[in-house]
Amino acid sequence: MTTERGASVRFDKVQKSYDGETLVVKDLNLDIKHGEFLTMLGPSGSGKTTCLMMLAGFEPASHGEIFLNDRPINNVPPHKRGVGMVFQNYALFPHMSVAENLAFPLQVRSLGKAEQQEKVKHALEMVELGEFGSRRPAQLSGGQQQRVAVARALVFDPDLVLMDEPLGALDKQLREQMQYEIKHIHENLGVTIVYVTHDQTEALTMSDRVAVFNDGVIQQLSSPDALYETPQNSFVAQFIGENNKLSGTVTAINDNICDVRLADGTELKADKVNVNAVGDNTTLSLRPERIEIAAVDSMENRVKGHIEELIYLGDHIRVRMNVAGNPEFIVKVRNRAGEQKLAEGQDIQIGWFASDCKALDPVG
Amino acid sequence: MTDQTHAQTVLTTQDGVPLKVSISRALRRQKLRSVLLVAPLFLFILISFVLPIADMLFRSVENPLVPGTLPNTVVALQVWDENSGEMPPEEVFAALAADLKVAVAAKTHTRVGSRLNYENPGIASLFRKTGRRVKRFEEGDYTAQFLKADKKWGDVGVWQTIKQFSSPMTAGYFLAAADAQRTADGVQFKPEDERIYLFLFGRTLILSVTITITCILLGYPIAFLLSSLPLRSSNLLMILVLLPFWTSLLVRTSAWKVLLQQQGVINDTLVWLGIVGDDSRLALINNQTGTIIAMTHILLPFMILPLFSVMKTISPTYMRAAKSMGASDWYAFWRVYFPQTIPGIGAGSILVFILSIGYYITPELVGGTSGIFISNRIAYHISFSLNWGLAAALGVMLLVVVMVLYWLYDRIVGIDNVKLG
Ligand SMILES: Nc1ncnc2c1ncn2[C@@H]1O[C@H](COP(=O)(O)OP(=O)(O)O)[C@@H](O)[C@H]1O
Ligand SMILES: [Mg+2]
Repeated sequence: MTTERGASVRFDKVQKSYDGETLVVKDLNLDIKHGEFLTMLGPSGSGKTTCLMMLAGFEPASHGEIFLNDRPINNVPPHKRGVGMVFQNYALFPHMSVAENLAFPLQVRSLGKAEQQEKVKHALEMVELGEFGSRRPAQLSGGQQQRVAVARALVFDPDLVLMDEPLGALDKQLREQMQYEIKHIHENLGVTIVYVTHDQTEALTMSDRVAVFNDGVIQQLSSPDALYETPQNSFVAQFIGENNKLSGTVTAINDNICDVRLADGTELKADKVNVNAVGDNTTLSLRPERIEIAAVDSMENRVKGHIEELIYLGDHIRVRMNVAGNPEFIVKVRNRAGEQKLAEGQDIQIGWFASDCKALDPVG
Repeated sequence: MTDQTHAQTVLTTQDGVPLKVSISRALRRQKLRSVLLVAPLFLFILISFVLPIADMLFRSVENPLVPGTLPNTVVALQVWDENSGEMPPEEVFAALAADLKVAVAAKTHTRVGSRLNYENPGIASLFRKTGRRVKRFEEGDYTAQFLKADKKWGDVGVWQTIKQFSSPMTAGYFLAAADAQRTADGVQFKPEDERIYLFLFGRTLILSVTITITCILLGYPIAFLLSSLPLRSSNLLMILVLLPFWTSLLVRTSAWKVLLQQQGVINDTLVWLGIVGDDSRLALINNQTGTIIAMTHILLPFMILPLFSVMKTISPTYMRAAKSMGASDWYAFWRVYFPQTIPGIGAGSILVFILSIGYYITPELVGGTSGIFISNRIAYHISFSLNWGLAAALGVMLLVVVMVLYWLYDRIVGIDNVKLG
């Protein structure tokens, strides 16, 4: 046994198919550490829920093995896995009061009445719903139901808690508050949480590590900042945050820097991330806030752009420009005193560092 | 200034009609339309359902025959104390003679006789016999003349019966329907071995409860299966569940006769398999077993449909949630799934129970004598004994029993907890 709190999980070459024809999860290898907050992020239909269901035991893996605390669990039925779960629609039992809902996992474990009450009270206080124990779930607001669902998944002290888009049904403000509270609970209890969402902001703000899913494959597994700063491929670059794309061909490679020629002949320098050889097609990825319109002399890449549209957003101005034949090129200009005056229709010089421009696999 | 206040108090349309008037005009048209849409069905139900039932209910207390045919006797009997044990005075006999003469001319005296015969056997022949003589009765001392025509007129009981039925309303049918009778010591139940209706009511209730329970036991797993299958296969199975509705009730019941009788398919198969001996074939029909089997089959869809529609709405994530918290399949079912299906069980049970308590044709065909219901007795009084008053009283009691049970159900389970779909 380990002394660390929280469980560890390992997916080993796991594959899943529902119909025997298409693989919904293709060769999943994933190590989740003790006490980690890991988020599975990806578009709808990318296989996140399927992975969670295999971990909870509701769907059998078609191939491969899943380990919980280094113990294979493929043949352990769901109710013996001791895994807490929060469902998207909460799945609070409508015929039981809130307190009865929370007591359910404790009754299953045949705890004494006094201990049950103690734990239920504690769990309700943890989610700040102390006085609501006697209410029915239907008499609570969406946010309160959500808290009850979280409390119920935690009340029996599981080592591992799975959450499948638990905040999907809440409005934006409530969602942000709950993100913070769930994160807080995670820090206090030290349980391992596997969290599923399709909302990148949620993933970035809450997680220790994020696994970006697409098409049944993990595209990248890294910390939120690495995910944003150093995307490993075009899918991740586009899925996380805002991103400018420029397509071209690699003309030279020097260590980590490669030269890229765009279709209109513009020559650029970029960070070599996902290209292998001279002659490869590539898509350059560039964050809008890394592009400068002034003091560009020290930068490796300098191009002319034609301003198509200015959108005033208070703290910054979004400038949509036509750069190297791409009319959707976005630049974020900070709203500062002394900044150059911009006007639609104007041609200006813009620039960026080669290290901020990632040469990735080609798209489209 | 005045113009302004006027505009404030009475809003008008562009044409100058007050707004309220124009709105109520528009609403009136709408209302009229909905009334007209409902009217045909309303009239149909009123004429073919409500009025006949009201008439039937009224028959259970109505008693026009005695006061209508013997009006003078009824008046004369008012001064006579039926509990004194003495004979009525001469005036009563005189009034009866006058009434009978009129009644004999109109040939209505035998009807009074047979009506009173229900209560006091022998009165029918007494009236017939006296009716032949009364034309020749002479003025004065009617008492002696009546006694001479038939000694039974000296029986105080006969007069008590006549007096009992001399009011235009009677509780007599209800007493009979409750196996009670009026005696010198007031209302009393009939002797144990003559009680037939209470016994039949009891059997109807017990068999209906049994049928409801078998329907729950058989229907619940089917509804569960149907609700957990994907839509296409559940639709196919649903058609199979509804199949019985497409076959005539009579055909289905007759089919049970073929299957269940002593020389029927089931018994033949059992004998062939050697499970029962040829000389000890099972009695599956013309008894309570037959009624229970056939009626369970016929009423099963009424249990499955509401159960299905309730189960369909229960999300499978509840069971998953329960299991993720450590509950075994059975525990999760019992604590989480089953309680949520109770509204469906309630709805199905009410439907099946109320349908079965008033069922007539199936018990009649497969129930024999030990498997018939109270409704078969009601039908008998309507079609054969022609004692419509008693039939109506039994019907009212059945209705009251159903209402009381419905009320109890509402108190215990709550009618809001019933979901039909
Ligand atoms: N029970 C199921 N039977 C058949 N196919 C399923 C089932 N559940 C999910 N799928 C399919 O598997 C794919 C992945 O689904 P899912 O894991 O729910 O994705 P996500 O949660 O990322 O949106 C989808 O194409 C979906 O249609
Ligand atoms: Mg999902």
